[in-house]
Amino acid sequence: MRFVALPATTTARSALVTLAAVVVALVVCALIFLVYGVSPGAVYGSMLRGTLGDPTGLAEVGRRTIPLLLIGSGLALAFRAQFFNIGAEGQLLLGAVFAAGTALFIPLPGPLVAPAMFIMGALGGGLWAGIAAWLRRVNVNEILSTLMLNYVAVAVVTYLIAGPWKGKDVRGYIYTDTIPAGGYLPVVPGTQVHWPTLLLGIVVALGLQWLLTRSTFGYALRVVGENAGAARYAGLNAAGIATVVALITGGAAGLAGAGEVAGIHHRLLEAGQISLGYGFTAVIVAWLARGNPALCLVTAPLMGVILAGGDLLKIDLNMPFRVVDVFSGVILLCLIASEVFVRHRVVWGRA
Amino acid sequence: MDNIVVEALVRALAVGTPLLLASLGAIVNERSGIVNLGMEGVMAIGALAAFAVAASAPDASLWLAVLASMLAGAALCTLHALATVTLRANQFVSGLALALIGTGAAGLLGKKFEGLPLFNKVPDWTLGGFTVSPFTVVALLLAGALAFYLNATRPGLTLRSVGENPAAADVLGVNVGLVRWLGVLGGGALGGLAGAFLSLSYRSSWSDNMAGGLGWIAVALVIFVAWDPLRAVAGALFFGFLYYLQFRLQGNSPIPTEVFSAMPFVLVLVVLALAGRRGQAGSAPAGLGRAYVRGER
Repeated sequence: MRFVALPATTTARSALVTLAAVVVALVVCALIFLVYGVSPGAVYGSMLRGTLGDPTGLAEVGRRTIPLLLIGSGLALAFRAQFFNIGAEGQLLLGAVFAAGTALFIPLPGPLVAPAMFIMGALGGGLWAGIAAWLRRVNVNEILSTLMLNYVAVAVVTYLIAGPWKGKDVRGYIYTDTIPAGGYLPVVPGTQVHWPTLLLGIVVALGLQWLLTRSTFGYALRVVGENAGAARYAGLNAAGIATVVALITGGAAGLAGAGEVAGIHHRLLEAGQISLGYGFTAVIVAWLARGNPALCLVTAPLMGVILAGGDLLKIDLNMPFRVVDVFSGVILLCLIASEVFVRHRVVWGRA
Repeated sequence: MDNIVVEALVRALAVGTPLLLASLGAIVNERSGIVNLGMEGVMAIGALAAFAVAASAPDASLWLAVLASMLAGAALCTLHALATVTLRANQFVSGLALALIGTGAAGLLGKKFEGLPLFNKVPDWTLGGFTVSPFTVVALLLAGALAFYLNATRPGLTLRSVGENPAAADVLGVNVGLVRWLGVLGGGALGGLAGAFLSLSYRSSWSDNMAGGLGWIAVALVIFVAWDPLRAVAGALFFGFLYYLQFRLQGNSPIPTEVFSAMPFVLVLVVLALAGRRGQAGSAPAGLGRAYVRGER
């Protein structure tokens, strides 16, 4: 078997291959569920009925779409620049820390609390990604550094909520006091969909798409990502571009963290409760969108179904939440393994 | 005084064992030119496979459980080889997917083994008055064997040449794809063995997230030790010692426990930064991370 490069790749072919990859992934997951001992029909049925089939479920999908959209569109940009940030989980957590800290400890007039939380959240997330960007300059692979920083971020959150930031009103639990009411975001009535963050996510996705395709910086970014040699020849500062991209991506993840605190929890709590693995799932959101931030408007809700569905499987079928990792991993693997078929056709037999 | 030093060394060796086994696995992978970031998942699957066999068939030989872990690790890595060698997918992202699938599938399929006791734990050995796990001895021997294999045998040379310069190896008639497949599977088997140590010897039980980040540290360790099996022994001991300190100091020091839980990861970053500064990353196999396509470079 060998691959022969196609002269041009079409959007239709790309879409078809992506679709086929997702179908293969669903079949592979079905096999794993059979081994686990539940019928794949029951799993997929439960997930679909409980997410797209009723308004409450749809709202749950919406709630999870918000952080995925923000993080995913940032990551889409990062992947185009070949900056493989997989530490969005930690950047989101630092965003939540900065946002909660701002609301809890900085006295601000009511209407300013929420905007300040988002600004500080972006700063926190950007800072965390900035460490990885700096480490990359001393030849530390950003995949490893952002990953290690995830573990460190979890420790930071745990330390704060169990130690100096532990709420005065809470007894045995570890979380902070609730933030002032000025920091609460409005939600769609009867749901946990904090629509200002959703709106922000849409703006960020479209804005980053514009940045990528219409601005000089976006052009430089694409050149650096697609052909490092040409970029060097053209005198582009690849390290500088990677740093800016890291700050943007981390900032977007930080915004997501601020949104979770201001929109849902209203306090800082355990890492596992702030994020349901949004950082990793967003990698798939960005990959599915093939590096187009705006396409995350479609792919983020898709992965939102999987995260919300994972919660349902826990309740309906008593499955561990790890099932979401299986979904994510298999979909991601099928997506990247199928990439070769976008630009090549297969010829059987030896060269 | 003597006692403390010996205890520290023995404990560091114990925690260092899975790190050593997994990084030896990653070294085999990466010397063939394929990065494998999925060791965390490979260890998780190996731990589960070993425990499942040992717990379901208590009369069966423990060798069978160990074998199962290695087969399971290799089987998981089949996905990685298929994606990266045959389909030329991005090796870094494939490894990430592998880690997710491994930890996810282990957590899912292992749920029914949670909390079960293991009656046929691998018995420790007493060597010169010290209690050590047979896995530790095997890991140390394997490190020596791997160093010999890579540096002094013909197949080892072939493996390295495929990682360094696949095009040249191809011209000399080496089947680059096959060697890389074998490198990935062999590394996976060693990663699975690291998992078996956790569930059969170190903890002798199974729980979700057993690898607990050790797999990621093992991957980073490979860079620190410059893809050298013998240096990996020292590296694994160093990190094992850190873990020992963490247990030792926890609770009887004014430093909050979270500092200790974050310490190995912070140290990995520091160590990687130092290795990067020293230009250690330059000793990576030259063909590492890139798919080989005949006629392209």
